[in-house]
Amino acid sequence: MKQLNEIQLRLLQEVADLHGVPEGAYNIRSNGEAAGRQSTANIEIVPKTDKPGIEVHIRPGTKNESVHIPVVLTETGLKETVYNDFYVGRDADVVIVAGCGIDNCGNQDAQHDGIHTFYLEPGAHVKYVEKHYGSGSGAGKRILNPVTEVHMDENSSMEMEMVQIKGVDDTERTTNAALKAGARLVVRERLMTHEQQRAISVYAVELNGAGSSADVVSRSVARDDSYQKFDAKILGNAPCQGHTECDSIIMDRGRILAVPGLEANDVDASLVHEAAIGKIAGEQLVKLMTLGLTEQEAEEQIINGFLK
Amino acid sequence: MLELQHLSFEVADEHGGKGIVKDVSLTIPDRELVVITGPNGGGKSTLARLIAGVETPTAGRIIFDGIDVTDLSITERAKRGIAFAFQQPVRFKGLQVLDLLRIAAGKRLGVGEACEYLSAVGLCAKDYIDREVNASLSGGELKRIEIATVLARSARLSIFDEPEAGIDLWSFSNLITVFENMRRHIRDSSIMIISHQERILSVADRIVVIREGRVAAQGPREEILPTLIGTTSAVAACRQLTKEDRE
Repeated sequence: MKQLNEIQLRLLQEVADLHGVPEGAYNIRSNGEAAGRQSTANIEIVPKTDKPGIEVHIRPGTKNESVHIPVVLTETGLKETVYNDFYVGRDADVVIVAGCGIDNCGNQDAQHDGIHTFYLEPGAHVKYVEKHYGSGSGAGKRILNPVTEVHMDENSSMEMEMVQIKGVDDTERTTNAALKAGARLVVRERLMTHEQQRAISVYAVELNGAGSSADVVSRSVARDDSYQKFDAKILGNAPCQGHTECDSIIMDRGRILAVPGLEANDVDASLVHEAAIGKIAGEQLVKLMTLGLTEQEAEEQIINGFLK
Repeated sequence: MLELQHLSFEVADEHGGKGIVKDVSLTIPDRELVVITGPNGGGKSTLARLIAGVETPTAGRIIFDGIDVTDLSITERAKRGIAFAFQQPVRFKGLQVLDLLRIAAGKRLGVGEACEYLSAVGLCAKDYIDREVNASLSGGELKRIEIATVLARSARLSIFDEPEAGIDLWSFSNLITVFENMRRHIRDSSIMIISHQERILSVADRIVVIREGRVAAQGPREEILPTLIGTTSAVAACRQLTKEDRE
């Protein structure tokens, strides 16, 4: 494996909780090139030949294995678009940890656009964790525009955990999913923006098969002058259940736009949207202050709990 | 020891100003459980909020353990040993019961210790320790957790604002046991409870009656309680609950 420097190792830890080389299958991408790759008996990772990126093939029936595919960027001015495809075999049950950390100390923007496409065969189950993190004091922006496409066959299920808490200046996240009968998609998004940051998150989930379901929940905090947009659309094209929720705290001059979108094209589609945006309730602060916390400590506890 | 000296609290209204608390002077001595009672709207809860620092008095001083805390913040008063259980407990999305107990105790409380506080308020600890303090908890459960956080603080002065409000009859008798235990283990601390429940009044060392913002009467329980029985200042639990059921 290629040697990583201190900053790259720190980014790796932030986005993938990795202290070194992970167990199981992995592919580490650093500043536009492969820094390490390993396949296992059941999980094969091969580079794409026509464009940057990898293909991950998970054999049917693979259980309790994991794939780590972190990306770290430490070069200012680097812009890349990477295509990663995942083929998850019938009845496999795996954890996939992606994530991107950018440390930009320079004056040019650093940008990583990861296009992830998932193909889940019938009965497959994937837990997908994606963390974004930015650091570095340069004037150049840290930009991440992930696109996630999910194709879910019958009775497959996918849990997606998306986390972006710190340091990313600009994000446009697009997540599209199409579900066949009995498939289930659960999305948990945690987002916090600071300063002038901007984060857009767009979901379009098509529930095409009978008994399919989706639960898309975003919890976010917008601080300073940051801006967020949460646009979650669920289409119910069959007897199905869909739920989206946007629960947000605004602070300082933060702004949030929540756009509910439900489209029922079948009389047995049951779709629900919930959205709540507001500042931290004064009584919550007062309560924690009566327990001995300062106002600022109380605020931190409330936000930590909210984004937990 | 807590001393209130000529404490007043006024709010602005269309006639210029309205007194909620008017020139209240009283003492909560160490090693005593004092119940503040009186009719609804008489200023009892406001008095508790003034002591905790949630509201600022328009006149008068609050002396706690010999130090004037009138101008101190909520946090500073809490650090000096004033604990306050809200009448309407606050909900927090994401914060778990254990988090709240740890903040209250001011240390990284072990699960075992946290469980003791929950058991003391009649909650089966293992079912609650990981629960979020959010809308999934009932009013009664929240109220008991609120009381547990005050127990966890082991404060010099613990104030309970209508601890029986929103609690069912079964929990209510357990609540009395909680206060009896607190009273029994009182060392160099004191307890102040805002309540007009006869059964809570009967565990008091001293009773203070607040009416229309003023101290109408105060003294040892034996002296004051007989004068209150049958009035709205000392309501029997059953009567109160059936009344609320009808409403």
